[in-house]
This record gives sequence, C-alpha cells and structure tokens, in this order.
Amino acid sequence: MKLSGGDLLMRALKDEGVKLIFGYPGGAALHIYDAIFRQKALQHILVRHEQGATHAADGYSRATGKPGVALVTSGPGATNAITGLATAYMDSIPLIVISGQVQSHLIGTDSFQETDMIGISRPIVKHSFMVQDAEDIPRIIQEAFYIATSGRPGPVVIDIPKDKTDPSKLYQYKRMKQVTLRSYKPKVVPHPGQIKKASKNLLSAERPVIYAGGGVILGDAHKELIALNKILKAPVTNTLMGLGAYPAADKYFMGMLGMHGTYQANMAMHNADVILAIGARFDDRITNTPSLFAPKAHIIHIDVDPASISKIINADIPIVGQVKESLAALIKEIKRSKLKIDSDALDSWNAQIASWRKTHGLNHDLYLQKTKSKMIIPQVVVQELYHATKGNAYVTSDVGQHQMFVAQYYHFNKPRRWINSGGLGTMGFGLPAAMGVKLAYPKQEVVCVTGEGSIQMCIQELSTCLQYNLPIKIININNEALGMVRQWQDMNYGGRYSASTYADSLPDFVKLAESYGHVGMKVTKQSELRQTLDKAFAMTDRLVFIDIYVDPDEHVYPMLVAPNGSLQDMWITKNKKA
Amino acid sequence: MLIENKPGALARVVGLFHQRGYNIESLNVGPVFDGTYSRMTVTTRGSENEVEQITKQINKIIDVIKVADFTEGEHHEYEFILIKFNKLKLTIKIQKILKPLGGKVLEKNTKVIVMSASGSSSDVEAAIKAIGKANLLEVVRSGSLGLHEGEKVLTI
Repeated sequence: MKLSGGDLLMRALKDEGVKLIFGYPGGAALHIYDAIFRQKALQHILVRHEQGATHAADGYSRATGKPGVALVTSGPGATNAITGLATAYMDSIPLIVISGQVQSHLIGTDSFQETDMIGISRPIVKHSFMVQDAEDIPRIIQEAFYIATSGRPGPVVIDIPKDKTDPSKLYQYKRMKQVTLRSYKPKVVPHPGQIKKASKNLLSAERPVIYAGGGVILGDAHKELIALNKILKAPVTNTLMGLGAYPAADKYFMGMLGMHGTYQANMAMHNADVILAIGARFDDRITNTPSLFAPKAHIIHIDVDPASISKIINADIPIVGQVKESLAALIKEIKRSKLKIDSDALDSWNAQIASWRKTHGLNHDLYLQKTKSKMIIPQVVVQELYHATKGNAYVTSDVGQHQMFVAQYYHFNKPRRWINSGGLGTMGFGLPAAMGVKLAYPKQEVVCVTGEGSIQMCIQELSTCLQYNLPIKIININNEALGMVRQWQDMNYGGRYSASTYADSLPDFVKLAESYGHVGMKVTKQSELRQTLDKAFAMTDRLVFIDIYVDPDEHVYPMLVAPNGSLQDMWITKNKKA
Repeated sequence: MLIENKPGALARVVGLFHQRGYNIESLNVGPVFDGTYSRMTVTTRGSENEVEQITKQINKIIDVIKVADFTEGEHHEYEFILIKFNKLKLTIKIQKILKPLGGKVLEKNTKVIVMSASGSSSDVEAAIKAIGKANLLEVVRSGSLGLHEGEKVLTI
C-alpha cells in the first residue's frame, strides 16, 4: 500500500519503537497532525509551549534510555524548540525534533511562519536533515534515530516542508535492514594496549580516584563500574550528570565533585595519584582553574568521543571506546594481571578520605536537628523528601540552588533517577521533564524539585498535566529570590541584589495550582514539613504543588573559590575557606 | 577533508570554526570524482593541541568522511591566483615577478591586463606584495590546495 509523506512519517516512527510524541500543531505541520489522527500506534501529548515538548521528550529519554520525540510547526514553533535542543545537546541526549517547514517553493521568500530551522539549530544538534523528497522520509527517520542514539548521543532535527507531507501524493514505504553511513562509524573498539596500560596504572596506584560522568549512564555501564570497583576499592565521585551511575549508598562513594561538590571528593581529586575519568568531560565546573587541576595525578580517560579527550585536561592514557565495552575490557585485563591492588596504601587513602568527610563533609542529618533558624532551611526540604520517597523517586529539577541541594542531599542509588539540565543549565526544564518521566513510568513516584523562579518559566505545563492526568509532585523551594544569583551577589557583589528579587509580586502558588485543577499546599514551618509531604505523597492520583517557604539567606556550600582557585580551594561556609 | 556533497555540509564545517573560536585563513572546496563528495582544503592557525582539537571536532560532523592534517607530514601546498591591472607600463615588471609562478597573460588590451599564476601560498603572498597593492585593480586567490607527498592519499 502506498502512503502519503505524513503517513510514511508515522509508520517510520512506529517502526523505531516510538510510543509518544510531544508536540504542538501549526500550519506547516497540519498534514502531519492529520496523519497522527489516522493512526493508533503513537500517542500525541499536546503541550502548552514547544519548549515544554522538547524538555518532556528529553526527560522521557533520560529516564528510559530511548530517544524522545518532539513535533513542532515552522517559524515560532521551531524557534521555541531551540532551548530544548541546546539542553539536549549539552547533555548528549538522543532527542528527535521534527519541525514543519513552509512549502518548498516558499522557502527563502520570507513567507508566513518561515524560519531557517536547519541554520538556527546547526550549532546545537548532532545532525539535521531537510526533507527534499517525500519518499526519503523513512530513510531519514532511520538515519536520524541511528545518529541520535549511537556513539556520543545527541539531538537530531528533521525539517519537513509542508508539501512533502501532502496527503494526495503517495509513495512506497521502505525500511532498510540496517543503517550504514560512509561518513559516520560510531563503533570503536578500545585499544588493547591502552587497556593494558590503564590496568597497570590503576593496580599500582596508591591514591586512585574514579571520576564518573553522565557517559556511564548514557552508555548503560553502571554495572560494569560497580564491578570494576569491587576489585579496585577506589573512592568514587560522580559529576552532576553522573549521579546514580555509582550507588550513593556505597562506602566508596564520596558524593559529587566540582563547584558544589563535597569537600572529600574535591580534596581526593586534588591529591590523587591516578584519576580514572569515565564518560566525563572535565567541564569548567569540575576542574576549576585547569592549570591547577589535580597536579599529582596521572589521568586515564575513557570516552566514546575522541574530541572530549585532552580537550581541557591532557590525558596520559586516552581510551576511545564505548564506556561499557571499555570497562568490560578493563575488568578482564585487571583480573588477568599478576599485579594486585596495594591494600595498605588504599586503606590509608580511604582513611584520609573518611577524615576529610568528618571535618567538612555534608551533614545528612540536618532534618533531625532542632533548627536555630525560624525558617525552614532548603537542605532539610531535600532530606525530608528523600525520606518521604524512601530514595526511590525519579527526581527532576530546574536550575539553581535547589538543583545543587538535590544533587548533594538526595542519595541516588540507581542510574536515570536524577534528571536535570547540567550542561546548559536550563531553567524551566523540571516540570516538562517530569511529565516525560511520568508518561514513561506512570506507576513510579515522579518529583519535580524546583524554585519559584524556575517553575514560572514553564508553568503553563500544569495544564498539560491535567489533560493527561499526570500526578507529579512539585516541590517548590521558595526563597522569594533567584537564589543562586543572589548567592553570587552576596559573595562577589557586596550583597547588591540587582534584579534577583521579586517577593512582592510572586503569585499565590496554592491558588495557581488550584486554578489549573490541581492540589496546592503551602508550608512555612519546619514542624509542618514532614506531615505535609506525607499528605501530598498519599494523594497518589493528584498532582500536588507544595510551596515551601525557605530561608533566603541559605547558600550552597562547599563552593569552589574562583577565579584562579584549584579543587582544594573551597568556601565551606559564608566566611570560612577550607 | 572529504565531505558529503549535500546541502548544508559546507555550512556545518565553516560554522564549526566559528562556534569553537577557530579562524579560517583560506578555504577551497569542490566536488571530486563521482561528485557525491567534495574535497575541501582549509588553512587555519593554532598550536599543536588546538589543531588536534579542530581535527577531532571536524571529524565529529556527520557529513565529514575523512580529515587529514597536512602539516603532520610532507605535503604539497599550492595556490592559484588571478590578477587584473591597468598600469600597462608595469607589464614587464609584473610578468617578471610572476615568471617563477608560471605567470600567464589571459587578457591583454589597451585598458587592462589579466594574468594567472600559481605557487605556494607564501610565494603567492610575496609576489602580490612585490607588485604592490596600489598597482592592482583586483586579486582573486583560490586558497591553498593540499596533497600528501609520496604514495599517501586522502580518499574514500
């Protein structure tokens, strides 16, 4: 049977295993929307803003490991998808964005709702396609999914001029057995010589550190990582994107590293003799000043993307390969080696880390203490949330202090449970991302931890949550200010709060949630916090927006001293450097 | 580098230089053999690490089939130029300057003379300087073309 371009698209998406499309209709996409109406395999989720569609598809992908799909119209629909594309690009998320385009003969004429989507999105996609012939749609979809999900994953844009989905023109549907591109060969086998060198290096290390990033989660290599450290017994730190890659409850886990990393993780990195970097990219939030980074360390770097290796920090032993295969090869080599770990050296190294943890480590029992402050402190909110959800929730966040507090105090023991915009730092990500997660896992507890600043950037999606009955729990850590901006203004700008406060003009979030058809709750006292959370989580079939007023003077610590600081230069409190 | 001869492929390469803060000194591109791919020579400047990073980043572009850094080994580097001038009394002097570069007169009449020449970029650069900017109406440069010395080839 012959199909129209729109129907070819539906069929190709179905054959890729797509179940959900997040989107928003418009003129150039109407043939596609009509094709959606004709089929039953794919469910379309109507968002309230295209940014929401991209973040929801992104959140779905981060939680499931499958590519997320968003569909937008031309012009403003396409430009509204840009922030979501950049978010996915920075965190290497396989996101497919299909954009309607004006009819081919109108391209370049400044026609209604025309924008050069391919041009605008070029720097923030892994690849993009413009459909020239409708019959190519199935091939392009196959190639797009292959590119998005293989190698270092990333977003792919497919721009489809309206005439290519014309329902009156019909084509044969063809599916290739396998995608091959002469210019793209993402499968790389780790070099055995490099694996041997790495094994020798790790086994003779006295002060090793494993520094694992988002690549371990994207590459589904957490089991290999755990297995490797059963042998190495090295302290492990995860990046913001890597949280959950190594279980937080494990005795070798030091917490996150970097700008707001734990004291022990940053000190261990600075003093290490061997650093094994896995699927991490030595981002500027991790290294602080690159020339002062880990001065004594020999660096082994495993990454599927050769361009990530020796980009910022030179790798002594570069290993280009899929993280999973590379770790498996490394484990095999280590088991075969005659060398054994230096247990005495490791014991004293782990003891050193324990002592760092004791002096300036995070206090995970703040919620048990009687607080001096009349106001709730935000760290306690996260600790209470952890206990209320027994550490099992999928937690999405927005960007700022609340995000760092979750990273520090919610202990992620499994991968894909912590969903946040790390690279781009996109406010507005949390709520739509939570929708994507909840649609993927309707029976799981999904929590969006946000702030009163971030939540207002995509608050319209509360309406989508009602339409599709998504009982997410929103924890709004409300300090009536742009907290992280305020923190920097406190520390570096003499407390001049330029454009970071708006206390008099905040909405009544309880009423706002109610007007969207949800449940709103407000908490101002710590004594009410636990019971309110318990009440909210007991309402399993309702979205509950919990507006929690916290102390606006609380800062996130530790905080690296910048500029010109190393990883051991940290503010431990407002007035104390370690 | 060899890149797919597809719409937008060139823009991806050029765009990357700008996005990553690298500079393009010269650029030459054209389809070769079956026309499904183009060969492109880019001249850029940077430390060894920077050039390695540029090469890696270019390699990541899906439409790029192969990349080679010619400065890693022995190579031929060639550039083609066209010039136009109207100071006819300088003809002999200019012909003399361009002689080692295979200077050829392509058009000669009572008003203008058009010449072609070719050589390494530095020789071409020196010749243009010797002629003098003020004596030239127009200069067109092809940008460097590169090829490995010996049996080594860059092909798909």
